[in-house]
Amino acid sequence: MRRHWPQVLRTPVGIVGIALLTILLLLAVLAPLLWGDRATATDTGDILSGPSSQHWAGTDDLGRDIFFRTLVATRLSIVLTLLATALGVGLGLLLGLAPLLLPRRLGRIMVAFLNVLLGFPSLLMVLFLAVILGVSTSSAVLAIGVAIASPFARLVHTLGAGIAERDYVAAARISGVNPVRVIVRHVLPNVAEPLVVNATVTASSVLLAFGGLSFLGIGVQPPQYDWGRLMQDGLGSIYTNPLAALLPGIAFVVTGLAFNLTGEAAAGTFGAKSRSRSRWTSPAAPVTVRPSGSGDEEHARVADVLDVRDLHVSFPGPEGPISPVRGVSLTLRTGEAVGVVGESGSGKSMTALAVAQLLEEPGRVTAERLTFCETDLQAGARSDHDALLGTSLAVVFQDPMSSLNPVMRIGSQLVEAARRHQGLTRQEASDRAVDRLRAVHLADPERRARQHPHEFSGGMRQRTMIAMGLMGTPRLIVADEPTTALDMTVQRQVLDLLQETRRDHGTAILLISHDVSVVSSVCDRVLVMYAGRIVEDLPSADLRTKARHPYTRALIGAVPDMATDLDAPLTTIPGQPVDPRNVPDGCAYAARCPLATERCRQDDPVLVADAIGSVACWHADVALDVRIEEEAR
Amino acid sequence: MVIQQAEVQQAVSRPRGRWWTFAGRRVRRLLISLWVLVTASFLMIQLVPGDPVRAALGTNAPPDLVASRRAQLGLDDPLLEQYLRYLGNLFTGDLGESILTQLPVADTIVQRLLGTLSLAVPAFLLTFAIAIPVGVAMAVATRRGRRRRAELSFVGTSIVLSSIPEFVVSVALVAVVAVNLGILPAAGRDGIGSFVLPVLALSIGPAAVMSRIVRVEMLAVLDADYVRTARSKRLSSLRINLRHALPNAVTATLTLSGIMFAAMVAGTVLVENVFAWPGLGSTIVSSIRSRDYPLVQGSVLVYGAIALLANTLVDVAVAALDPRSTIGDS
Amino acid sequence: MSRLDFEDVTVRYGHHTVLDRVSLTVPEGQIMGLVGESGSGKSTLARAAVGLAPLDGGRILLDGQPVRHRGRRRPIQMVFQDPFSSLDPRMSIGRSIAEALPDRLGRGPRAAEIARLVQLVHLDPDRAADAPSRLSGGQRQRVAIARALAGRPSVVLADEITSALDVSVQGAILNLVREMQRETGLTVLFISHNLAVVRYVATHVAVMAGGRIVEQGPTADVFANPASAYTRELLASIPGPA
Ligand SMILES: Nc1ncnc2c1ncn2[C@@H]1O[C@H](COP(=O)(O)OP(=O)(O)O)[C@@H](O)[C@H]1O
Ligand code: SF4
Ligand SMILES: [Mg+2]
Repeated sequence: MRRHWPQVLRTPVGIVGIALLTILLLLAVLAPLLWGDRATATDTGDILSGPSSQHWAGTDDLGRDIFFRTLVATRLSIVLTLLATALGVGLGLLLGLAPLLLPRRLGRIMVAFLNVLLGFPSLLMVLFLAVILGVSTSSAVLAIGVAIASPFARLVHTLGAGIAERDYVAAARISGVNPVRVIVRHVLPNVAEPLVVNATVTASSVLLAFGGLSFLGIGVQPPQYDWGRLMQDGLGSIYTNPLAALLPGIAFVVTGLAFNLTGEAAAGTFGAKSRSRSRWTSPAAPVTVRPSGSGDEEHARVADVLDVRDLHVSFPGPEGPISPVRGVSLTLRTGEAVGVVGESGSGKSMTALAVAQLLEEPGRVTAERLTFCETDLQAGARSDHDALLGTSLAVVFQDPMSSLNPVMRIGSQLVEAARRHQGLTRQEASDRAVDRLRAVHLADPERRARQHPHEFSGGMRQRTMIAMGLMGTPRLIVADEPTTALDMTVQRQVLDLLQETRRDHGTAILLISHDVSVVSSVCDRVLVMYAGRIVEDLPSADLRTKARHPYTRALIGAVPDMATDLDAPLTTIPGQPVDPRNVPDGCAYAARCPLATERCRQDDPVLVADAIGSVACWHADVALDVRIEEEAR
Repeated sequence: MVIQQAEVQQAVSRPRGRWWTFAGRRVRRLLISLWVLVTASFLMIQLVPGDPVRAALGTNAPPDLVASRRAQLGLDDPLLEQYLRYLGNLFTGDLGESILTQLPVADTIVQRLLGTLSLAVPAFLLTFAIAIPVGVAMAVATRRGRRRRAELSFVGTSIVLSSIPEFVVSVALVAVVAVNLGILPAAGRDGIGSFVLPVLALSIGPAAVMSRIVRVEMLAVLDADYVRTARSKRLSSLRINLRHALPNAVTATLTLSGIMFAAMVAGTVLVENVFAWPGLGSTIVSSIRSRDYPLVQGSVLVYGAIALLANTLVDVAVAALDPRSTIGDS
Repeated sequence: MSRLDFEDVTVRYGHHTVLDRVSLTVPEGQIMGLVGESGSGKSTLARAAVGLAPLDGGRILLDGQPVRHRGRRRPIQMVFQDPFSSLDPRMSIGRSIAEALPDRLGRGPRAAEIARLVQLVHLDPDRAADAPSRLSGGQRQRVAIARALAGRPSVVLADEITSALDVSVQGAILNLVREMQRETGLTVLFISHNLAVVRYVATHVAVMAGGRIVEQGPTADVFANPASAYTRELLASIPGPA
């Protein structure tokens, strides 16, 4: 917590909020001392007068000065607000945390009860309690405190239950830490921040609720007065002196703002996080031109599906652009399957999104060449290529649970693109959708098409994504970790389906995975990515025997398969992957590479093609001979 | 290819069955809530400190009048008997009689309730009519750190607007529009013009809050995977925003609207007071002041019932929009 | 050190039976792998053993005695899947480990024990004061293992502890698990959906499907001669070169 308050103060909104709060607190302390007398002094000769030089906001029915009364009322208004807030927050904490400590069943009943209470608007609760407790200032405090306790308790419970589900809470319970201590030590500190923010905002609604009660004459009772009371008094003379009612109204707004602004700033609506995003200056990443290989003409004919040369992806960062992809070149022919492997953060997904033209602002894609089906995707506007991409390029993402729209029927999601790009009628499109669902081996496709995604299992959703691609005539499927979230047997089925699609339609496949065995079971060629570059490109059949890049070899050695030697430890890769914010000079892998030499640390190796494939390593020849020793210690 | 048995089982669905369990659960919750409400309003009179009848009639009232009123209200009977009678009367629509006027409470409430709803319903509609387009437009325009200045002024304005309580808005509107400019009536219910200020007063704050919520929800939805899927189909951005993103963003917003409507109905208490509007709000306040407890009791009951009904309707609407919401959450 | 027996363990959530009369013996001083698809009940079985899931039937025995879930000493410890949820973000890793240490240790021995545990999982003891946010996923799982060992358990349950890690880190954690078990002779139940990983770390294996154990035995035997159709299907699904 403490760490975060200064950050609140760093945002302009936070400064305004805190400054207003400070002024109000000062007023609350000082105003009754300084102007208490002037606020109560009656002047029967000058009642209900308008603003004048003596009485800036006029006088009330006893001739008392409304301006000073408003200032003096600050104390009561704020003290009552804080009292009721403290009461409500305290009660809310107790009520909200209790279900976490009570036996399961009792806790459930309590949460249900809180839910029932929540159905009633708090003003109604306040009125109800005000009736029972009688009309007085203290009963109003009690009533408002109790009324805000239930929504606050609900929030405490929701947040607390979220934390209580965390593994570290389970771990603490398993090690025998007693339940109350688990709450105090693990749950409370982790919910404190949103609770403080919410309590601040709650304070502003308490202020209004109290004002409302007093305004209605059932809150603060005379001779005491708060802003609500003053407003009600002023309302009678609204035609003669509107300021009498408006001045306390302004006090409400200023105080409410003080609480709300502070709360919002603390909640990060205006937080520093979003500020750094805007400091985006340099428009384009420098394009490093690399020597391109053989004759371009022939190359283009072979790479008829996809031809990417020197692809860069960059994002604005606080210290200049960050480039997760730094010069990737790749080609795909009809019916070819190419895999991309690498650790997470190596730029695989960014490459996929860039190729599929799905990278959004503020990400930037630049490439020396980016052609799909012999069309230059960099020429013209993005929408010029909609028809081509919408019918010929399909994508499958990692998380099957979130990649279909939960509120639309499966059928509607399939037909959209075909209706737009292929000009099919509604009937033709939906017939085709059913046909495509059948093609991906979903049983009873007519019924399935009418269902919603939540009625599908993970594997069925990934099939649906593939079916979506098959609505057109897919030349390329970009699949980013399509089976990572699936079970082994379902993974097998989805991979088989990809193979089948490739065989039946000549569709090329760009398959991204962190799992070398998945990639090598489907693909002809494997590209190994490290720190936003391709470091090796070789046939997947040669992966286990002919890999030369130390990184490729380590990746393979780190993953056990059904033939791994049980007596030898697995290969480990020391250190951490490269942070794209901070790419070292020379070979990016040098810090983790057992073969690194001075040359590696200075010069960046380029991807060199030969008989086996391509590799970017100064010591590629050595690597093949050296058995990489494990070096975890 | 044979699809896994378990997978099929997991995915086999009985939509009809799920709807019924959802409806059953929802009806159960409504009934329990109603029971809590009825019991609470019954207990209200019992919990009032001192003798409610004496409190209502004043300390100078003759003792035999008090006694006869007590007998009339059945306050001297055993608690359980009173409770059962109260429940029984409720079913026949009998909410008792006012202590002061001795008119049937139900009649007074029905009459006044229409006045209140004629403010709350238009205000509710106006709130959404403002919040959804504004929130969506702001989300699309300020997405991914674009147009920081527009975002800042939008969020700032909406915070300022939502910090102004409805009774202050009311007073300000009366002072400026009715008194200063003399355009619209300041009080009373007299023609279409008299609706404008109270409805505005009721909806400005909620519209500011709601549009901010719509924007935040919309921003989250626009970053969801399924929106990326929609973009991968190269649909028009209008279709992506309105067909794919909006329903998902609105579902979350709609969930809050039940509570908002209930709060709005309750908010009329204050607004009616300023505009001298003949509604339930002014009735409840005057009856609390005059300690006319049967009238208070009836009004609380009706207010609460409206809130519960609104919440239930919203849940049904959400379930119709988003089929997922029919599962889970007890 | 200790043998863990599940006898006819049944767990239900509402009308859904997650574990259906599961009987399983985790042999003393061995690593037993538990494989099966998601939702088959693997995690629930482990959570039942540490008292996080209430039993609706059956018993769980440690060396023939019912497992107790009260008091400060807990002989069964667990390591979880998600490295980002397994450490309290507001506690230094040293304090997280200290929390699981036996109470009666004094201040000095406590610090020494924390340092020993941190070193045991191949982390720099100076990092005990670090917040979890400064650690990578693999390092967090090491800390989680150290915390599990802090309570001097006789059985450790490892629930998919490498699934959320990068392949390059997974190898190091698997090495650590094997090494740790060899040194301490702990009994380990190692849950994973990856057969190759189980083959590498576990001497015994049990296969779960639909809340039941369909097969169990020494890993080499089960994988060479699977008795159940489901095990055969699992083995056939392992991706290999095309
Ligand atoms: N919006 C963004 N701004 C800055 N960096 C980003 C952004 N999105 C992703 N990155 C960075 O890009 C790098 C590569 O990410 P990704 O392509 O997802 O890798 P992979 O798919 O191989 O795991 C990561 O280090 C990530 O932090
Ligand atoms: S260039 Fe040097 S540091 Fe880089 S991978 Fe090759 S041997 Fe290692
Ligand atoms: Mg990725």
